[in-house]
Order: sequence, then structure tokens, then C-alpha cells
Amino acid sequence: MQTSFSLAQLADSDTRESEKILRTCVHCGFCTATCPTYLLLGDELDSPRGRIYLIKDMLENGKKATVEVARHVDRCLSCLSCMSTCPSGVHYMHLVDHARKHIEETLPRPFADRLMRAVLATVLPRPELFRLSLFAARLARVTSPLLAALPFQWAKRTVAMLALAPDTVPMRSPYSEPVTIAAEGPRQGRVAMLRGCAQGVLAPEINEAAVRLLTRHGIEVVFAEGEGCCGALVHHMGKQEASHDQARRNIDAWISEMDGQGLDAILITASGCGTTVKDYGFMFRDDSAYAQKAARVAAITRDVCEYVLTLDVQPPAMPSRLVVAYHSACSMQHGQQIKTTAQGLLRKAGFVVKEVPEGHICCGSAGVYNILQPEIAGRLRERKAANIAKVTPSVVATGNIGCMTQLAGAVGVPVLHTVELLDWASGGPLPRKLTKNALFAQHG
Amino acid sequence: MTQIAMPQPDPLILAKRERIIAGLKERVPAQWVITEEDERRPYETDALTAYRRLPLAVVLPGSTEEVAAILSFLSREGVKIIPRGAGTSLSGGALPQEDAVVVGVGRLNKVLDVDFTNRTARVQSGITNLAVTTHISPDGFFYAPDPSSQLACTIAGNIAMNSGGAHCLKYGVTTNNILGVRMVLLDGTIVDFGGETFDQPGYDWLSLVIGSEGQFGIVTEATLRILRACEGARPCLLGFDKVEDAGACVAAIIASGIIPVAIEYMDQTAIRICEDFAHAGYPLDVAAMLIVEVEGADAEIDVLLTHIEKVARENGARIVKVSKSEAESAAIWKGRKSAFGATGRIADYLCMDGTIPTGQLPYVLTRIGEIVAHHRLRVANVFHAGDGNLHPLILFNANDVDELERAEQAGNEILELCVEVGGCLTGEHGVGIEKRDLMEKQFTPVDLDQQIRVKLLFDPDWLLNPAKVFPLNLHPLPLGRAA
Ligand SMILES: Cc1cc2nc3c(=O)[nH]c(=O)nc-3n(C[C@H](O)[C@H](O)[C@H](O)COP(=O)(O)OP(=O)(O)OC[C@H]3O[C@@H](n4cnc5c(N)ncnc54)[C@H](O)[C@@H]3O)c2cc1C
Ligand code: SF4
Ligand code: SF4
Ligand code: SF4
Repeated sequence: MQTSFSLAQLADSDTRESEKILRTCVHCGFCTATCPTYLLLGDELDSPRGRIYLIKDMLENGKKATVEVARHVDRCLSCLSCMSTCPSGVHYMHLVDHARKHIEETLPRPFADRLMRAVLATVLPRPELFRLSLFAARLARVTSPLLAALPFQWAKRTVAMLALAPDTVPMRSPYSEPVTIAAEGPRQGRVAMLRGCAQGVLAPEINEAAVRLLTRHGIEVVFAEGEGCCGALVHHMGKQEASHDQARRNIDAWISEMDGQGLDAILITASGCGTTVKDYGFMFRDDSAYAQKAARVAAITRDVCEYVLTLDVQPPAMPSRLVVAYHSACSMQHGQQIKTTAQGLLRKAGFVVKEVPEGHICCGSAGVYNILQPEIAGRLRERKAANIAKVTPSVVATGNIGCMTQLAGAVGVPVLHTVELLDWASGGPLPRKLTKNALFAQHG
Repeated sequence: MTQIAMPQPDPLILAKRERIIAGLKERVPAQWVITEEDERRPYETDALTAYRRLPLAVVLPGSTEEVAAILSFLSREGVKIIPRGAGTSLSGGALPQEDAVVVGVGRLNKVLDVDFTNRTARVQSGITNLAVTTHISPDGFFYAPDPSSQLACTIAGNIAMNSGGAHCLKYGVTTNNILGVRMVLLDGTIVDFGGETFDQPGYDWLSLVIGSEGQFGIVTEATLRILRACEGARPCLLGFDKVEDAGACVAAIIASGIIPVAIEYMDQTAIRICEDFAHAGYPLDVAAMLIVEVEGADAEIDVLLTHIEKVARENGARIVKVSKSEAESAAIWKGRKSAFGATGRIADYLCMDGTIPTGQLPYVLTRIGEIVAHHRLRVANVFHAGDGNLHPLILFNANDVDELERAEQAGNEILELCVEVGGCLTGEHGVGIEKRDLMEKQFTPVDLDQQIRVKLLFDPDWLLNPAKVFPLNLHPLPLGRAA
């Protein structure tokens, strides 16, 4: 598309990138059809092409963000389905990140909105605080019926947030501290694994399964000193300073491992985080102190399933033939363009894998989206659950904690991380979520 | 500035903007009436982005009744109306005007009823073309017309433009696959044209409506003919070192008595662009490539492909590559169907759309090359070769005003060339504004006069999608001074 930025505007690095992106968009509209919000709302303003145009208009004219523009950008899930669809290679992710930053900087939001965002941005990336808040949420849940009756968006969001808290808060994970877990047998490789913030608290069993799976196959796993939340969460709220601070800490932690004992890869077990860590190179492109280090980190970052594919995981002698619906997280299939790896691994591990119809559409989780946009998120969850039900699975597997919490109550069958099933099939224990279920106990 | 003039907005309408908006909000829930400038902006254009006009308002009705209420109100107020589907028109068909209200059918996107026994599907018009097939494909059925934009474009837009696609060589275009429509007339009357079967009694209003470019009314529902999918289909790629050979091969395949489901042509520039996106295994070192697809049972496909290979070799094909898997076939089509969009990777483009007798293909290809070179531009050629529907993509830089003008000039010369060799101005993208001023090259004054009379029957005040299709000087009513 034609653009009209002044030379002064183009002196800004973010604007320069955005201009390049806008120039590649030919306004063909293909992306609208695979956008979850357009599917639900039918308004071009809530489609990628519409958002691109809103952003273009805002940036080109150097306008402050308006409530209207923010409304449509806020409704974007950042699922990046549009990037998979776009034939022209438009990098929507970087464009919308820029827009979010611009909105955060130029639009004063109402108090309740600001408060909610600040609370999320403070609590979620800090595991200890988050743990405490989960206990608090269980207590506070008694207020939900009252809140639900209120006509305010903040009340709806609070109800959504409380509903997401699990019924029981898991025990603190041994991997919440810096620690190295030695390989079983001769060491074949050494990797760092992201501890993750929210995931480590909500589902410590994921990293535990991943560690067992990796160490059993000769890989040493490090949870590096000083590493923490990847920064995605605040990044998606447009809070660039905070996200860059969090990212810098991780970069320092991993670089010191890379330069110390060395790393073959940095593994991420939540694809949401993986998308962001893989983008560190871009995030720090203009930071002379960090550009190179960030690019080095990004270059060896892998989703855990990508790495497991390189290991010699043998199929089990007695395949379980359990019917698994694989839900591909948006951050997996669109963000990282990993389309078939996990399914292949699960098949090889003896599971009967079913692809979910309309699999390219988001489940509505999308970081804290399900808290900030409860209506749309709720409709997407129902839609996803209905599609999953069509393949009548015994369990659902996915590679992202966000999707797991979003789908847990909606699908009526256990929702597990891919590595939990892979670990089980290659000699690990029966996943905890399956032990309560007679059907699976016999498999164990 | 760009070359196609649009009328000046009517100040009387602009002056009563508030009143018009209030009236819309009485008829449709306020959240679906878009009035802020920020939010109207993305509706100012379609896929022909060189032309942009900020509409007075945009309204997104949720039912046929709401459409009726809107039209009767707007026509009483004398306000112009721009029907809009997905806004993928390449001819500026959905371009708004400052004194017009855009009525979008994007929210009307449901399948209403499928009757497999009688092979019909009733849908709301804002559903996308591909969503129809996705809905019925688990039962082995499909909706045949397949514009490359089928992922995004709506049945409403397809009806308005009588859209075609790669597979229309065998299955016909939109008009051959629509059994009935529900349409709202300007005064709000809801009418049903056609029915559940072809050959309805009475005048064939349906055929009149299909291809009427949003100038007769707003279509809200349609009954589609659906077909049972063949046992199988397989495309093959034929690579040629000479463009003319590819052209001759198309004619030879058809002359040999085979009707493939599709014959698509791509030149080297187009092949490279598409391969970059789709990784379909296209040969990169040929001057031109044909994608030829045949359907049927396996044995039948084998026989047909053997025959096609023989014809192709006789006509100079150096590469013959048959798809070996469903995934490969899907990639082959994904590449072709993304051709326009993928072109955005290297340049902006104007997509031309003309039709010529297939025998003229080699001559026309040469001439297109000359015309574009004369204007110091490049071209990528993709088209539905089977029915002679050309889509030269003229590559240019949209941030360079002079290049845009040269591109438009080259485009006009190419379309005139199509008419010259006995073809026509538009294959499937419609006239819109893009080819409006060339209509007098295609039609005699008598032809045009008859067409305008029909138009006036439905829309005496020229309110529905005005300033399109017919040259402005032929409009019987003053549309304001050209801007
Ligand atoms: C990349 C690309 C590839 C394409 N490939 C093809 C192709 O292979 N074949 C082809 O034929 N076309 C093709 N097109 C053109 C375009 O997709 C078609 O013309 C399509 O039918 C337009 O549908 P739409 O829903 O986008 O309609 P819009 O662009 O929104 O509107 C098109 C016209 O329909 C009218 N209209 C819309 N809704 C209604 C309604 N409810 N009632 C009455 N009139 C209405 C509008 O006023 C306008 O005149 C392509 C376009 C792109 C961008
Ligand atoms: S698909 Fe790509 S080029 Fe087409 S409108 Fe969307 S972002 Fe733009
Ligand atoms: S990221 Fe997802 S929600 Fe956002 S515009 Fe793209 S497809 Fe739509
Ligand atoms: S994906 Fe979310 S929860 Fe996980 S580390 Fe990144 S920001 Fe934290």
C-alpha cells in the first residue's frame, strides 16, 4: 500500500519498521477470513486488514491513540493467524507491537482499566506473588456472583480472572530455584529451560515431565540463575520498558551459561513465551549493548518439541492408542510456524492423534486476553470446545499453558502438555491429571 | 493524481449527516453504526487501494429486515448507498463516496440450510465463498466457483461481480451456480428471485441481478447449487522455455477434446513470487508454466494425464511434473491462488482483468510485454488460460505518483488490446470504477443506453453504488462536478 511518512518520522526505528510492513500489505483482505475476531464480529475494524489500516492512519498522521483505535487493537488476540495467511509476508506482529506501545504512551486509560492492567503486569510475572494471589483468588471467588451482576467491564474482567484460578494450588516446584539436573547416562547435550512465571506456579508438572524426558535421553538441563518471566505478558500490554527489563535479565542469565559451560539450546515449554524469546533479536535491534547477545539467545531458542524431535525417542513397546486431540496453540502454529512437529512426536509415541477442525482459530486464551476481553474470549472457548468435541478425544494435548487453563473446564476431558504424554510414553509416570481417571489408570 | 474521476459530494447530504446517523441508529443497534472518522477510515477503499473515499458512515446490519429498514430510510433521504461484502474488489466496486453510506453484509455470515438430496445450500450473503465449501465438504460436497480470493470474498460480492475462478473452465462462473437470491430493493421491499431449481417460471430476473455490481439492490441471502466432489483430482505442472509454446499448448489441449477442470498460466516472474510463499515445487528456470488439473477416478486421471503430457511434449514442454500427494496438490493451488497477494512481497501491483480468444494468447502476451516495457514497468502474468481470462499484474511503486500513472496508462492499453483482438474488458473482476471509462470502447451507445434503462428501473435516482460501471457523462442525472 501507499504510505506517507515524513523523513522526520522515519528517523524513528519503530516507525521505519512499521512503514516497511505497511508497504508490503496489498490490502487483499485474505487475512480477514482467518481472524478470530472478524469471524465473531464481522466488522472489518476487528480484522487484521482493518487494524492495519487503523494503525497506519494513526502512525502516519502522528495522531495520539483514540479510544476507538485502542478498542479494536485491544480486541486483537495477537494470535498471528493473519501472518500464517498473508501471502505477502506482512509482519503484523511487529506492527501491532508498535501500535500497542504507541497506545500505551499516548492514550490515558480509565482508572479501573489502568488498575487491572497494572495488577496483571505486576503479579503474573512474579511467581511468588502469583502463588499468593491464587490462594487469594480462591477466597475471593465467593464474590463472583455479586460482581457478575454489576454492569461494569472491570467487574466482568475480575470474574473472568477469578474463574481461571485453579481449584487447588499446586506444590511449589523444585525447579523454582536455579538448579542443574544431570543427564542419565553419558551426557549428549546441555540445554537451558525457561522456568516460566505463571506456568511454573500453575502447572509445575510440565517442566518436571520435560526434564525427565530430556535427562532420560542424555540431556543435561539447567534452570539458569537470574532468569525469570520472558516479558511477553507486559510486552503485549505495550509496556516496553518493563518487557525489555525482563528480557534483559534472561539474556544475561543465558549468555553467562552459553559462555560458561555452553548451551546447545534454550528450551521453552510454553509456546507463548517461545514466540517472544525467539523475537529478542528484533526487540533489541537498536540496543548496542544487547543487540548481539539478544540475537545469540534468539538463535538457539527452541520450542521443547522442536528439540525432542532431534533426540532418539523410541516408540513404546505397547502403544497406548489413546485418542488425543491436538490443539495447536496460536503461538505454536502461527507465532513460531511449528505446524506438525508435536503431532508427529505424539503419533510416534503411540497415540492416535486427531487434528481439531478449524484448528487455525485461537481458543481465546492469548496471554491475559481472557481476563481483559472476557466476552470474546468466552465465545472463542466455546467454539474451540465444540470443535474439539467433534473428534471425541480421550485427552487434549497442547504446548501452551495459556490454552491449558483456558480449555481445562470447557472440554470435559483432561488437557495435558505434549511433553507430559511423551514422558509417560517413554517410561515416565502416568500424568497426574490422568491418575484420577479409571480409564487411564489401566494404561499406566 | 490518479486518473479516474469521482463526483463531488452533495453538500445537502453532508449537511444533514447527524440526522442520517440518528436515523440509522434507530434502525440498527448503535454499535453497528460506524461514525467516528478513525473508524470510517479503513472502509474508505477495497483491494484497489489507489482510490480512497471516506464514507459518511458505515452500517453493518444483522438481518434482511434491518437491511430493508436501512434502504427505505436512506432512499427516502436521498442518500447514496454502497453495498460492501469483504472489500476484495479489484475494480473499485466497493469504493465509497463522501456523501454515501456503506452497507456491509459481513455480519450476515451463516449457512441457513443445506439440502444434500436436492444439492442446494441456502446461505446468508456475507458468508465467504470458501466457508460454504468448508461447511459441506465433510459430506463430500463443494461450491464450484473458486475465485482466488475465495478465502475472503463473500457470496454477495461474487454475485455482484459474477465472479469466476480457476475451476470455472469445467463448472462455470457464479451465474451458473446460483439458483436464487433474496434481495432488498431500494425502497425496502424484500424480493426473492429464482428459487430452488434452475428454470423458474417468469422472467429470469436472477440472471439480471447476477453481475449487476450492487446497482440493483442489496442481496442478503442466496440459494447455491452445490456439487458432489469427484473421487479425486490431480494437478500437473508443465514448464516451457518459450512463452508462445505455453500459449499454443493451451489451445492444443482444448482442441484435443479434453476439458481439464483448470488450466492456469504463470510466467517466470509470477512463478518466482508464488514459489517464495507457497513452496509448491514450481520450476523456477522456465519462461512459463501451466497448471493443468484433471478430475475423476484414479484410472481416468492417469489416462487423461498421459494424454496431456503427450500434447505438452509435442508443444515444447520441457518439464512435466505430476502432483504425487494431496499435500503437494494443495501447495500447488495455494501458490496459484495467492499470486496477487504474494506479489506484494516485491512491489505494488495493478491487477488487470481482460478476456481474449485463446488463439490470440501468444500475440497478446508479446504485446503486453511491449506495452509494459514502453511505460518502463514490469509485469507478472497469471491467468485462467483455459477460458482466456488474463490477469497481467503491472508492478509499480505506489509511493511514486508518476509510476502509478504510467501503470494505469499501461493497464488501459492492455484492456484496449483485449477488445481489439475480439475479447472483452472484463473477465471476472467487474467494471467498477476501474473500467468505467473504457465501456464506450466495448459497447455502442445503443448498448449502453439499454443497460442504463435497466439500471433506472431498479434505481431511478441513481443512489445504489453510483459513479461506477457507466461513464459519468452518460449518467442521466447530474452527479455533481467531477473531482
Ligand atoms: C487477491 C485477489 C484475488 C482475486 N481473484 C479473483 C478471481 O480469481 N476471480 C474473480 O472473479 N475475482 C477475483 N478477485 C476479485 C474479488 O475478490 C471478487 O470481485 C469478489 O467477488 C468480491 O467479493 P467481496 O465480498 O470482496 O465484495 P466487495 O469487494 O465488497 O464488493 C464487490 C462488489 O459487490 C457489491 N456488493 C457487495 N455486497 C453486496 C450485496 N450484499 N448486494 C449487492 N451488491 C453487493 C459491491 O457494491 C461491489 O460492487 C480477487 C481479488 C483479490 C484481492
Ligand atoms: S493478507 Fe497480508 S497483504 Fe493481504 S490484507 Fe492481509 S496483511 Fe495485507
Ligand atoms: S493477531 Fe489474530 S486477532 Fe489479531 S488481527 Fe491477526 S488474526 Fe486477528
Ligand atoms: S508466556 Fe507469559 S507466563 Fe510464560 S514466561 Fe512469558 S510472560 Fe510469563
